[in-house]
Amino acid sequence: MSEIKLTRIDDNRWLLPQTGKMRVPGIIYANEKIYQLLKGDESTKQVANVAQLPGIVNYSLAMPDVHWGYGFPIGGVAAFDLAEGIVSPGGVGYDINCGCRLIATNLSFADVKDRISDLTTALYQHIPSGVGSTGSVKLSGKDEKKVLEEGAKWAVKAGFGSPEDLETTEDGGTMAGADSEQVSARALERGKQQLGTLGSGNHFLEIEVVQDIFDETAAQAFGLRKGQIVVMVHSGSRGLGYQICDDYLALMVKHMQETKIELPDRQLACAYLHTTRGRNYLAAMACGANYAWANRQLLMHHTREIFEKTLRMSPRELGMRLVYDVCHNIAKIEDFKIQGKMKKLCVHRKGATRAFPAGHDAVPERYKSVGQPVLIPGDMGSGSYVLVGQEKAMEETFGSACHGAGRVMSRTQATKVSQGRSISRELADQGILVMASSKGTLREEMPEAYKNLQDVVQVMHESGIAKKVAQLKAVACIKG
Amino acid sequence: MKSYKLLNHTADIGIEFWGKTKKELFANAVEAMFDLIVDLRGINNVNEKVVTAKGTDAEDLLVNFLREALYLFNGGKWIVKQCQLLEIKSGHIVAQLQGEPYNSQKHQLQKEIKAVTYHGLNVKKTAQGWKAKVIFDV
Repeated sequence: MSEIKLTRIDDNRWLLPQTGKMRVPGIIYANEKIYQLLKGDESTKQVANVAQLPGIVNYSLAMPDVHWGYGFPIGGVAAFDLAEGIVSPGGVGYDINCGCRLIATNLSFADVKDRISDLTTALYQHIPSGVGSTGSVKLSGKDEKKVLEEGAKWAVKAGFGSPEDLETTEDGGTMAGADSEQVSARALERGKQQLGTLGSGNHFLEIEVVQDIFDETAAQAFGLRKGQIVVMVHSGSRGLGYQICDDYLALMVKHMQETKIELPDRQLACAYLHTTRGRNYLAAMACGANYAWANRQLLMHHTREIFEKTLRMSPRELGMRLVYDVCHNIAKIEDFKIQGKMKKLCVHRKGATRAFPAGHDAVPERYKSVGQPVLIPGDMGSGSYVLVGQEKAMEETFGSACHGAGRVMSRTQATKVSQGRSISRELADQGILVMASSKGTLREEMPEAYKNLQDVVQVMHESGIAKKVAQLKAVACIKG
Repeated sequence: MKSYKLLNHTADIGIEFWGKTKKELFANAVEAMFDLIVDLRGINNVNEKVVTAKGTDAEDLLVNFLREALYLFNGGKWIVKQCQLLEIKSGHIVAQLQGEPYNSQKHQLQKEIKAVTYHGLNVKKTAQGWKAKVIFDV
């Protein structure tokens, strides 16, 4: 139980006052209901721990999907000064550039509702998922280095998609500054086999239907309409990313004494941004980010092929267009106004999505007038939301919003609670077809294990960080 | 009889384990980790590998040791069934592991362990022996 006292700022924000070794206060985005859930875990303490790190700017933030992670809370956002601040591999997470990709289609649910089962079976059979799965592409050492340095751009050049896909991928699907020389032999080895795989745990590929539109203008810009079939993909950088994080975490832990930074939790091990160690991590992390973008690009390419084959439709008829691809585990150098002056900061988003407003340079040309799409997947079965970034995010959250519903129940608890139940049948009764390689995963990922997605999204909407554009209902889901 | 129990952690999996001696504690940690990854009943002691690790203190040594053992599976698709500690002293460990290569036709994988974390980690000497806690990212 957390003993830290929070004070209410307004309906959707709580202040974690600066005490002890905290360098800045914390702010947690939560309504009353989510605030009550915070009492059950250690995430508030983790927000306070992050506030102790050198060079942190303004405050240590938590989005409304916040929950207990390791080191940083999941749903945590923190920005660091480039001269005095740090970068922390644990503040990015093991799954570097874990993220979501939303694909629109020309299909309406009404036209294909009898084919959902065929589509799901085909997707499940052809998209590698689950523990230890290997991909269809075997990379040579030379190609792997290209993947690490070029990301989704490599995938498009290799024939997995079109240049148009890159326009609506965060950073164009290529993170600058990637240097494969900074990636260990172990990480490279793990990366060779796994490109184009979904992974396990909370990763998924879901067929969804646009159920509601809240903002017509933005929905139109994003190419979304009521009744439309869309596909949401949630995956990351696989073993390569985990290994990069682990390698640099080990290295930073080893050198913590010489950096003279006192840590409340070793998992927060970090390096100053201006040091070689800090820079090398960022160069390796960018490789992980690029691998993840190439991975999601391949997953989308395979999804397109499977739709074409199963429905016997041409690419033109299907019109499978990338709405957007966001990463939600990353550290990025971005510009923000701090005390009236523009400043470059290293923003850590650990289970948080970038949410840039209309007019921002980083927003794709076609969305410039409305803002960046913010993709928020829910738990299995509850569907997803599409939001759009607002100016307020630049003022309050370093251009960030939540990334999902956020767990509320531990995996062991979920397994216990679901004893004797068939989660797939319960979901089928709600019109959601689920195929998973592991029954254990289904139980751990059961809907009750997560917060109510609507509550989480509503906090972002009401606080003006990101506005609701559309709600998507799941009709089929494949899980690892 | 399992020599570990699962701990409640919202997003990940934590375990608490124990041993009569420090050697037994570390050996049990590896076996518990692999018991989470795969159904060990289907694994045989076919061949063996020797793993070494270093650490600045008992906690760091435990994480580094588990990292090395985990890489046998994540990097080399090899499953550990049994672990025997050959040596453990001042920040250094040598262990002999027995197991077999993973075979998707024969073995039932249960969980992907992404990494061994430092979060909430501790290694303690108790009246009965040794006890430790570790959280895995899954």
